[in-house]
Amino acid sequence: MKGQVFAITLVVVSGVATFIMFISTIDSLSLTRNRFYRDYRFADVFVNLKRAPESLKEKIQNVPGVHQVETRVSAYVKLDIKGFSEPVTARIISVPDDGKPLLNRLYIKKGRLADPAKDNEVVVNENFALAHGFDPGDRFAAIIHGKWKELTITGIALSPEFVLIMRPEAMSPDFKHYGILWMGRKALSKAYDMDGAFNNAVLTLYPDAKLSDVLAQLDTIVEQYGGYGTYARKDQISHRLLSGEFQQLQTSSEIFPTIFICVAAFLLNVVMSRTINTQREQIAALKAFGYNNLDIGIHYAKLVVLIISPGLIGGIVAGIWFGKMLGGIYMEVYRFPQLIYTLHPGVIVAAVLISIASALVGTLHSLWRAAKQPPAEAMRPEPPAQYRVTLIEKTGIGRMLTQPSRIIARNIERKPIRTFLSIIGIAVACATMISSGFFKDAVAFMVNVQFVLSQKEDMKVAFTEPTSRRALYELKELPGVHHAETFRTVPARFKFGSRSYKTAINGIEPESRLHLLLDTDLNAISLPPSGIVLNDYLGKFLGVRAGDLLTVEVLEGSKPVRQVPVVALVKLYLGVMGYMDVTALNRLMREGDAVSGAYLVTDPLYSGKLYRNFINMPRVSGTVLRRNEIRNFHDVQAKGMLFFTFIATLMACSIAFGVVYNSARIALSERSRELSSLRVLGYTRGEISYILLGELGLITLIAIPLGFLIGYWLCAYIAQALASDLFRVPLVIETKTYALAAAVVLASASVSGLIVRHKLDHLDLVEVLKTRE
Amino acid sequence: MIGKEGEPNNSGEVVFRVRDLTKIYAMGEVEVHALRGVNLELYSGELVVLLGPSGSGKSTLLNILGGLDTATGGDVTYRGKTLTNADERELTEYRRYHVGFVFQFYNLIPSLTARENVAVVTEIAQNPMTPEEALQLVGLTERLDHFPAQLSGGEQQRVAIARAISKNPEVLLCDEPTGALDSKTGIVVLEALDRINRELGTATAIITHNADIAGMADRVIHLSNGRITEIKANAVKKSPGELQW
Repeated sequence: MKGQVFAITLVVVSGVATFIMFISTIDSLSLTRNRFYRDYRFADVFVNLKRAPESLKEKIQNVPGVHQVETRVSAYVKLDIKGFSEPVTARIISVPDDGKPLLNRLYIKKGRLADPAKDNEVVVNENFALAHGFDPGDRFAAIIHGKWKELTITGIALSPEFVLIMRPEAMSPDFKHYGILWMGRKALSKAYDMDGAFNNAVLTLYPDAKLSDVLAQLDTIVEQYGGYGTYARKDQISHRLLSGEFQQLQTSSEIFPTIFICVAAFLLNVVMSRTINTQREQIAALKAFGYNNLDIGIHYAKLVVLIISPGLIGGIVAGIWFGKMLGGIYMEVYRFPQLIYTLHPGVIVAAVLISIASALVGTLHSLWRAAKQPPAEAMRPEPPAQYRVTLIEKTGIGRMLTQPSRIIARNIERKPIRTFLSIIGIAVACATMISSGFFKDAVAFMVNVQFVLSQKEDMKVAFTEPTSRRALYELKELPGVHHAETFRTVPARFKFGSRSYKTAINGIEPESRLHLLLDTDLNAISLPPSGIVLNDYLGKFLGVRAGDLLTVEVLEGSKPVRQVPVVALVKLYLGVMGYMDVTALNRLMREGDAVSGAYLVTDPLYSGKLYRNFINMPRVSGTVLRRNEIRNFHDVQAKGMLFFTFIATLMACSIAFGVVYNSARIALSERSRELSSLRVLGYTRGEISYILLGELGLITLIAIPLGFLIGYWLCAYIAQALASDLFRVPLVIETKTYALAAAVVLASASVSGLIVRHKLDHLDLVEVLKTRE
Repeated sequence: MIGKEGEPNNSGEVVFRVRDLTKIYAMGEVEVHALRGVNLELYSGELVVLLGPSGSGKSTLLNILGGLDTATGGDVTYRGKTLTNADERELTEYRRYHVGFVFQFYNLIPSLTARENVAVVTEIAQNPMTPEEALQLVGLTERLDHFPAQLSGGEQQRVAIARAISKNPEVLLCDEPTGALDSKTGIVVLEALDRINRELGTATAIITHNADIAGMADRVIHLSNGRITEIKANAVKKSPGELQW
């Protein structure tokens, strides 16, 4: 039973380890986050406006439910970093002159806060500093309100507001090309002509405040000051991404340990029923001596606990180890002062209890059989196994079967439930592998759709203010620009029926070569001259279909409210947006030929020169390089993916090995007599291996396609569970993912097959003939 | 040691020649001498009964003759070929094509019917009879499609005999074929063995500790403590029907 216990141990280790890993990671990250939020006073509500006098603060403060208010000055700036020729942008935020923000306080990791009076000192966020190798004392330049300014880094900081930093509209965090800078309020106000004014406010609410009321009132208050976005913490990007990650962990923590626990219970059931079968006589003897059913039951329950104990211990140790590892991986992207690793004793107790309970449930049937046998009956050898001619044979194929194949068929059919569960077990291992490959495939597919099929520009240039379309000709004149197209982005709220969603309308050129809209089959569709195109997720969310009239509330300029027909729904995996013909959008805005920026196709040789140009163009607020975006997306995903793939492969191997090995060992112990008899009759080692391993091979081969199917469902479930307005994971599974899953399962099955084959080669032919089974 | 009276009545060709055969088992620290120098010939067509108490070495001898076990010393030749230095593959081939086995506990494949249990052997043999013919020889024509669990012990043993002889083996080695059966059923089984021996001329060696069975043999070989103590030819062979125990 040594090998089988080992196989069960593997599965229990995997189950307990993943359970503890996920739960402890969720707990640790939650605790770390909550502590950070609490100690560094993370705001509840965020307000953005164009410019408001400081006196508005009091009005905001007086909104019922508002606890604390802090006003800030915030802006997006271009950076000019020596030795780094790619476009870098940053968000610069003011820090109160006393250096003590009321809300969203800074955790200074290195150095000190910037001197509030000095307009050349900043604190930078840690990931940005790490990406560029910055230390306090280092310098770089920024274009602040159109002026090139050399800045000295005084400190490196973390903020609860920027646990995860992502440029607006970006697909993934990009620490090299986007950073957060904190500067003294006085200096920053001066630079932006914001003396006695602010353009950003953060606030906390009293616990009993009604959020929607507060938001509505704030919207009204800031409206005349160019308010363009009041949102709650749940919509704050860093918080949202973090919550999304927790959600993902939660989903994983529910799916994977459950799979393991079921597999472990099944394996224990098989092993225990076999053990009890072979110990019938001892059980009978014990009962004859006066042991009662409870004693016998407890004896075997103890055995079950003993069998899973090494797995429990190993699982707890591995779980803590994996949990710390996973926490560490998160910490590279999500920045907290430090990870507070927690493992509640309750989690261990739960892991132990769940494992033991499921193991006992799994073996209950066998235990019950052991306990209820009258001693006299148990003393007698078990009645010979009953076999039937199988259904397959009745179809006429039977005549073509050799006797060994017939043995396989009848054995499979005789224990249909066990066979079925073995198949399911192996299939689940296969599905686990597929689900890990799925993330890679889906991300690759998203990148391809987003950056190859849909957004074909090399560079995206954004203007500080809506600008005349004439700017396009200026851009086209620049050396290295092959092609340019304008776009107009307008923040807006869409309303349909009782539902509403705040996002933006992207106005693009009608015959755009660079920004293609794709229908649900990923074919490019041409943008109609009027009306709006929504992406499918938004369409579903709002309940609109093509032909419906959508209410559009523009959140910029004169804030017009219009009824716009929805012309089509398009596929978009990232973000949520509406698309319009740029001239139609201009019309809707009742503005001239205003544009917000341009998409460019550029000559790579001129890239460096172009960035320099854009840095020096005051109207250009930022530049995004598509190549960087793609590369970065892969970089950020890669590490996490690698870990998950590693864990999933480990899990899949342990399940596949556990199930196949156990089936093989049980089959061997049940049939060694039969196989020895065949050896005596002159069958070769290969021929008897065929009977045993052929059955396992057949089970494995049936399990693999079923595993593909379960894997597909599992991925569909995961994709659905993860879908949000930030991104939708496409249900794309590449052939090579299926192939790898099948290969891993086959390899694990082969390893257990080889071990059993080794045992088959050493059957004691003489021993088996002396005994009656 | 082999007396004149040990010569067979029907002096056929030598099938097995055993010379100074020894077998030592290591049981932990203790060495068990199962065979201590056995010399013996078995001739084609004869029926031999090996008699002896438990531990006398008769099963060990039969297992070595059948290619199931290897000797520690001495030689065994089967039709002039030495078995004692054959490798695993050669022994398997030897069992496959030349020897039929019958065991005390039948060793049938529970998932196969009587016919299929015989087919297990006929499928891999070189010159087999059909499973139906083999089962007819043991009088089981009516029970072709029954599974072992549906057959009595005697019937199961007759299926095992049919399986053993279906390949038309040169020798049939039977280890306590009636050991698990009552005397009436045992006699039916022995009748089947006797009939095979007479009709097919298969050299047959039957191990038993039941001295009463010796009456049906051409020769009776007594083993004790790893040695042949006596080989006696029966002047008159009894038919199994005349046996009693």
